[in-house]
Amino acid sequence: METINLEDLFEAKLAKNEMIEPKDWMPENYRKHLIRQISQHAHSEIVGMLPEGNWITRAPSLRAKLILLAKVQDEGGHGLYLYTAAESLGITREEMLDALLTGKAKYSSIFNYPTLSWADVGAIGWLVDGAAIMNQVMLQRSSYGPYSRAMVRICKEESFHQRQGYEIMTQLSFGTSEQKEMAQDALNRWWYPTLMMFGPPDVESPNSENAIKWRIKRETNDQLRQRFINQTAIQVEYLGLVAPDKNLKWNEKKQGYDYSDPDWNEFKSVIKGNGICNKDRLLSRNNSHKNGEWVREAAIAFGKKQEQESKAA
Amino acid sequence: MNKDSQGELWEVFVQKKAGQPFVHCGNLHAYDKEMALQNARDLYTRRGEGMSLWIVLSSSIVASSPEDAGSFFEPSNDKIYRHPTFYQIPDGIGHM
Repeated sequence: METINLEDLFEAKLAKNEMIEPKDWMPENYRKHLIRQISQHAHSEIVGMLPEGNWITRAPSLRAKLILLAKVQDEGGHGLYLYTAAESLGITREEMLDALLTGKAKYSSIFNYPTLSWADVGAIGWLVDGAAIMNQVMLQRSSYGPYSRAMVRICKEESFHQRQGYEIMTQLSFGTSEQKEMAQDALNRWWYPTLMMFGPPDVESPNSENAIKWRIKRETNDQLRQRFINQTAIQVEYLGLVAPDKNLKWNEKKQGYDYSDPDWNEFKSVIKGNGICNKDRLLSRNNSHKNGEWVREAAIAFGKKQEQESKAA
Repeated sequence: MNKDSQGELWEVFVQKKAGQPFVHCGNLHAYDKEMALQNARDLYTRRGEGMSLWIVLSSSIVASSPEDAGSFFEPSNDKIYRHPTFYQIPDGIGHM
């Protein structure tokens, strides 16, 4: 009998643009890379509920409050899709939550910045969700089936997030001069952290090469960052606001905008835990997990009791 | 952390409209059937994605294994007479 090399089979599937499914053979490093990327992505959705949750009780109208609640609920759902996608690779939910709560796991550095005004809720929807969508649209074609399918669902739901954010920015930018100032201030603070969301420059990105080779990612950090800026610059202009970057201007030759890099030292420092809100976010997550302990205990006990009753019947 | 704190894994199938097939849409954790059903509603049908849900314990699913797909499904390949195009139909008998 002819022996089939599993690694060749795996490579052949990738070459044919076929998806890898949970029970397929995969190289250990592919599995590890996916577990890291998908669980970080899930953690980002969950921690991402905190900065916006901060404004639910202070939303300026009932309409705004309903929208924000729906958006934050979506983010929770996205976290759950992603956790189960990661679980299909052989890690447990408990292990992932443990890594998040002990600070071992990373999540997107953007959520370690504070939401100081209502305009920040607009800026997050418009810029942060906008950047996330750009990344996630690419990930819909990721080579790992459960990840790709989770992304398709997430992208469907995310587009309302970006639009509601831009609506808030529009209301403020065309409102009173104080409101416009709030909008400008939010743009100033969120612009560079948003650009950091795409990850370090390609030349310094340790995980990019494998991610591209394995078709987990289809485009590089710099390509996505450039596309995001090209798309967003026009939206800044429409609002009558100014991006906090003097070098931001259209470059006819490259058919894209020139821009200044964010401060990559700040990026590294926030990832290491020194951002404004790192400690606060982790504390909030730990507190709500602890406060939910009795609920989980009761639910487990109830589930077991039901199981026994159905066996007895 | 409690090793058993998240409940069992359940698979969720959604039917978009009456009469259509149930399609797998994802999975979730829950401690019992009722919670699984409620969680599935909250997680997978927030935008009118379905009118009906099936929830199955993941551990109850019997699946074929991808490595054996070749030999497992092979027997159907040589039975081309199962396809309508295998047969020659005379002209002039109308639609069949």
